[in-house]
Amino acid sequence: MLSLAWAYLRDRPLTTALNVLLLSIAVAMLILLMQLGQQGTDRLQRDAEGIDLVVGAKGSPLQLIMSSVFHIDQPTGNIPGDSIELLRRDPAVGRVVPLALGDNFQGYRIVGTNEDFIAQYSLEMAQGAYFDAPMQAVLGAEVAKTTGATLGQRFIGSHGLAEDDSQGHEHAPFTTVGILEPTGGVADRLILTSVESVWDVHGIEHDHDHDAHEHEGHDHAEDAHSEEENAHEHDADEHDADAHEEGGAGEPDDRAASDRRPVLQAASQELEPELTALLVSYRNASGAIRIPSMVNRQTELQAAVPATETARLLGLVGASIEGIRLFAWLLALTGGLAIFVALLSMARNREGDLALLRVMGASRSQVFATVIMEGVITAAMGALTGLLLAHVLIALASSAFPVMSELGISAVDIMPAEFMLCAAVIAIGAIAALIPAWRVYRLDPVHTLSRSQ
Amino acid sequence: MLLTVSNVGKAYGGVRVLGGATFQLAPQERVLLLGPSGSGKSTLINIVCGLQSPDEGTVLVDGVPIAAADGSAAGDEVRRKNLGIVFQTLRLISALSLRSNLALAQRLQTGSSDEGVIGETLERLGITHRADARPSELSQGEAQRAAIARAIVVKPKLLIADEPTSALDHANAEAVAKLLLELSEQAGTALLVATHDDRLAPYFSRTLRLESGKLADSPTAQGVPA
Repeated sequence: MLSLAWAYLRDRPLTTALNVLLLSIAVAMLILLMQLGQQGTDRLQRDAEGIDLVVGAKGSPLQLIMSSVFHIDQPTGNIPGDSIELLRRDPAVGRVVPLALGDNFQGYRIVGTNEDFIAQYSLEMAQGAYFDAPMQAVLGAEVAKTTGATLGQRFIGSHGLAEDDSQGHEHAPFTTVGILEPTGGVADRLILTSVESVWDVHGIEHDHDHDAHEHEGHDHAEDAHSEEENAHEHDADEHDADAHEEGGAGEPDDRAASDRRPVLQAASQELEPELTALLVSYRNASGAIRIPSMVNRQTELQAAVPATETARLLGLVGASIEGIRLFAWLLALTGGLAIFVALLSMARNREGDLALLRVMGASRSQVFATVIMEGVITAAMGALTGLLLAHVLIALASSAFPVMSELGISAVDIMPAEFMLCAAVIAIGAIAALIPAWRVYRLDPVHTLSRSQ
Repeated sequence: MLLTVSNVGKAYGGVRVLGGATFQLAPQERVLLLGPSGSGKSTLINIVCGLQSPDEGTVLVDGVPIAAADGSAAGDEVRRKNLGIVFQTLRLISALSLRSNLALAQRLQTGSSDEGVIGETLERLGITHRADARPSELSQGEAQRAAIARAIVVKPKLLIADEPTSALDHANAEAVAKLLLELSEQAGTALLVATHDDRLAPYFSRTLRLESGKLADSPTAQGVPA
């Protein structure tokens, strides 16, 4: 009976293909939404785990969280390097992890930080050791895999947070001293080095004669360092124009921040090495009440709570996702309706065949099952094609849009819910076939015979 | 007896189309059921095939009752195991090739198909070259042969044909009748052919005449083998 159902489906290829297409589009949409919703949410929550507060330059708190915790967006700007001390002095603060951004290697962000970053994310070494000297770098698992980097290899970072080989810091190559174990989190896609290395790359003096540098807008101080003028082919005007794209400790990105910073720094009359953000973990709950307001009172700083901003982000996209999800389910039901119409029409046109089946000795149940199987096979093909289509689309999107892999959405990860979805779609196919199958179940072969003779 | 029909009657909307039909068919016997259109031939054939229930009387196939078979699992079983049926128009499943039709008939009977028997049957009917053709691609004559092939491929004890030659000219009708007789003889199968064409009578050892729902001839009068 299965082969007969399959033969009938092949006998009307266009109708079958259209029904399969309709269902596969619905399934693909639903799987994409599942992947984006679930994997994205999981990834955001996992990456923000243990981080109670992020301190950065004033601007959009969501942008600050996205850039500093999830490493997706551009930073809001830079903050004075000594901001870290302000927080470390507070007894309610357990850990403060500095972040200094500004460069990338083949699109992977180079993050200036310290050993607290390792502890914050519970990172373990797969090979080599943590950085303990300037210009040493530890690569995330995905970075090492993608770039093929090995221990001892040197690489040159490029200016900005997006891949652009035209602005390489040839004067300051990094040496790979370690490769991290995969975490399934954001650290897999980061290159870790010391904050001082980031400052060195950008020619920012630290722990000595800060007055010798012109940190105007933190433009790498290239004007102050004649030996670096050739290495940095971009001038201050370019940085202003590209401010949003090239933010970071070495390069503030936000135009408003750029405009504001010279004023602030002029007021302080002291140019200090800067950081992009600080990841803060509280020692006790009292910190959550007091520290954000304390930080926000500072002229140059803002505090953003990852849990709040993540919830806000998910709330913003959630309504759209729900709308698309509803549309996709309607599409799946339309697919079921199309199967119903096709099978109902078939039941009328194929009465002679079905009567002959009864004459040949097929039971009513067997004839009923043949029609149900047609619905189930159509729906199963739609579900499997949709499953495949969704993951091919994810693979294509991941290669075209880096944010997909940055969100941790992988084409090879199949969620158990996807199989549940396929089962639901197959059930739709079976239900759609019920009424046509009931019609043929009740078919009187003699009546059909008398009409056909 | 392979087939025993006793006092079978049937009425539609108060109009009696068949009454007191009684006859027997021995194994390997070839019988013609002759009657004009509307005489009740198809009703009797449907009842014998277990596709329709009689209002009265019984039908036994190889000793097993097939009456009230329409829709009953027992009727399906009796039909599947004992009967090969050829209709005038319902010949083959439209979505399957000729070979697949034969295979399906075998699978319905035994749960599996036998390519050897299928090939042999197609060859015997001279349609091997059309084995992979769809029913819509067959000529009228090929389709009729294909329908016979489908009926005999399951090696039935009784081959029943309802108006198998009505759409054919005399020469072709004669050829089909001879083919049915030859095949049933080769296979050792009993044969019951219902037709309105009395020119086929000479080819059969025994003829049952049905007129206005009454069987005119007594089966014993024709010398049914004991």
